[in-house]
Amino acid sequence: MKTLEQVKDELKNYDGKPIKIMEVCGTHTGSIFKNGIRSLLSPKIQLISGPGCPVCVTSSSYIDRLVELSRLEKHCVLTFGDMMKVKGSEYSLTEAKAIGGNVQILYSPLLAIQKAMDDQDTQYIFAAVGFETTTPIYALMMDEILNKNINNLKLLTSLKTIVPALTFICENEEGIDAFLSPGHVSAVIGSNAYQTLREQYKKPFVIAGFEGEHILAAVYEIVSQIKSGDCQVKNMYPSVVTEDGNYKAQKLVDQYFESTDDYWRGIGVIEGSALSLREQYRDYDAGSVGRIQEEKQPIGCRCTDVILGRIQPIECPLFKKVCSPLSAVGSCMVSSEGACGIWYKNI
Amino acid sequence: MKIDMSYGSGGKQTGNLINDIFLKHFDNKTLNKLEDAAVLNVSGNIAYTTDSFVVTPLFFRGGDIGKLAICGTVNDLSMMGAVPKYLTAGFIIEEGAEIETIDTIAQSMAQAAMEAGVKIVAGDTKVIEGKGGIYINTSGIGEIIKPGISISNCHEGDVIILSGYLGEHHAAILSSRMGIENSIASDCAPLSSIVKSLIDENINVRCMRDVTRGGLATVLNEAAEHSGCAIEICEEDIPVSKEVQGFCDILGLDPLYMANEGKMIAVVPVQEADKALGIIRDNKYGKNAAVIGRMMGGKGVILKTRLQGTRSIDVLYGEGLPRIC
Repeated sequence: MKTLEQVKDELKNYDGKPIKIMEVCGTHTGSIFKNGIRSLLSPKIQLISGPGCPVCVTSSSYIDRLVELSRLEKHCVLTFGDMMKVKGSEYSLTEAKAIGGNVQILYSPLLAIQKAMDDQDTQYIFAAVGFETTTPIYALMMDEILNKNINNLKLLTSLKTIVPALTFICENEEGIDAFLSPGHVSAVIGSNAYQTLREQYKKPFVIAGFEGEHILAAVYEIVSQIKSGDCQVKNMYPSVVTEDGNYKAQKLVDQYFESTDDYWRGIGVIEGSALSLREQYRDYDAGSVGRIQEEKQPIGCRCTDVILGRIQPIECPLFKKVCSPLSAVGSCMVSSEGACGIWYKNI
Repeated sequence: MKIDMSYGSGGKQTGNLINDIFLKHFDNKTLNKLEDAAVLNVSGNIAYTTDSFVVTPLFFRGGDIGKLAICGTVNDLSMMGAVPKYLTAGFIIEEGAEIETIDTIAQSMAQAAMEAGVKIVAGDTKVIEGKGGIYINTSGIGEIIKPGISISNCHEGDVIILSGYLGEHHAAILSSRMGIENSIASDCAPLSSIVKSLIDENINVRCMRDVTRGGLATVLNEAAEHSGCAIEICEEDIPVSKEVQGFCDILGLDPLYMANEGKMIAVVPVQEADKALGIIRDNKYGKNAAVIGRMMGGKGVILKTRLQGTRSIDVLYGEGLPRIC
């Protein structure tokens, strides 16, 4: 057993071959900055941020649809706070609100149920965005909608799944040596979800919690695996993550949602990378299906390269020049979990 | 009884509102004369400021818009080394507001003013169309008792003291708006007694700032920039209550960027830090005060993390919104 000081010492003085580790969870990216993890690592260990922030990969056509719905008479869009600032092709939800759109921020989707029951003359639309961590809550929401016979609450979904995105990255991107796998997503899908990827691409997939010590330990494990050449799926968050994940949550999600293709902002369409409401529940969908369309990235914006881990945010020519949290050009600058937004505030 | 447009006419109903509520609670010789302007007796240099308050909800755990309107202006005056003396209060009331609500707010203002030792000597009331909202502007005058206190007056080596737990006001307001049940109360309080004690005890205070919107991170960046110094703070030394920290962890907020209404920083020479800290901790609004960092050569604000890593702390950009997951 190594002490924290020994781990820190070895990581700071690592002098082997350069290692590039992608963290695929925005909360990890935030924690890495919050704890100053980069300052504790050798320059030969590079941490890069992947497509794990749901806000950053949500398409502008999705925002456009929310804006459109918010401006309809007796309609109200309910959303998490992060989504407010993301620009659609013309407006963000913050801007939509300023021009008369009805948008409210909630911190839990289940509060939407009460709202819909309290004001039955308004058609509520929940901006159902997220990864596997959040989707079970939308399934619970569907349970409530059906049980309470609520007819004025619909979902506009942009629900991504992480394994198809990781497969896409492994298939298309060279130079990433290992993945710091997400803690909360893994709690739902289980550590075994990464086994096929590990076997196919022979890279370490190490699941970590969100404290600074968790991340340091996971980075240490990755470095050790790479040194020994024995790449494994390693669950370093066993208090929360099991091999098979949360079966109850998986079953609940499966009841209401089915796999579909989706557009990832900055990447493009990834096959089977999203969940949408099953056919029999389409009455509760606010127009999510058939929304996929290719989008052009703003000129000069390198969000794609950031999301795919090809460059660090500071290498983008727009970073801190024309692109800032107050005037975000690319989606990675918008969210508190987006790589560029986090870098901007912390370097 | 609800306010309607006739209460803003300047006639009988406006007079009733002034007499039955504002004069009743704010009662003092200068105001009671109801002249067009208050005639005041001040000595020496004065500090003079204004602030407007638009908080929703009007009442929250730990305070209300009235208490906030007094404390906000009192604190701004205090931070300049002044003893707050006189305030004005302007009310913009939307039709539909309950008269009882205005009475409760005015009572709360009177209590806060009494505690801070200030008199509300002039006021104004307007009624506008709307849905019962209430907005308050206060301005204030304070007599400077220690000149030279300034955001640009910090020196390399000086020590930064924070007067207590961060983020309580922000967390209380957000909890109230979002229907989150917890026991977090706003820290809304007048800081004038802390400031007076520091000055009376001859602490050579370089700079004071109340840590309001934008949070500690923004205030420290301003101090670093205006004083031409860098600031290093230690994560472990920054006081945050367990409940607020938990609240922040769930919603993805950072206490460094959260608003407070009863917290201040004081920058003092290193040799006076212990004494100053003791004075602040002796005050009921400074019990959890702590030395959080120091002024250094260079620029920017650097935070030393719990793991002894470092990260740069920038000002707040936009609004701190709860994150998605």
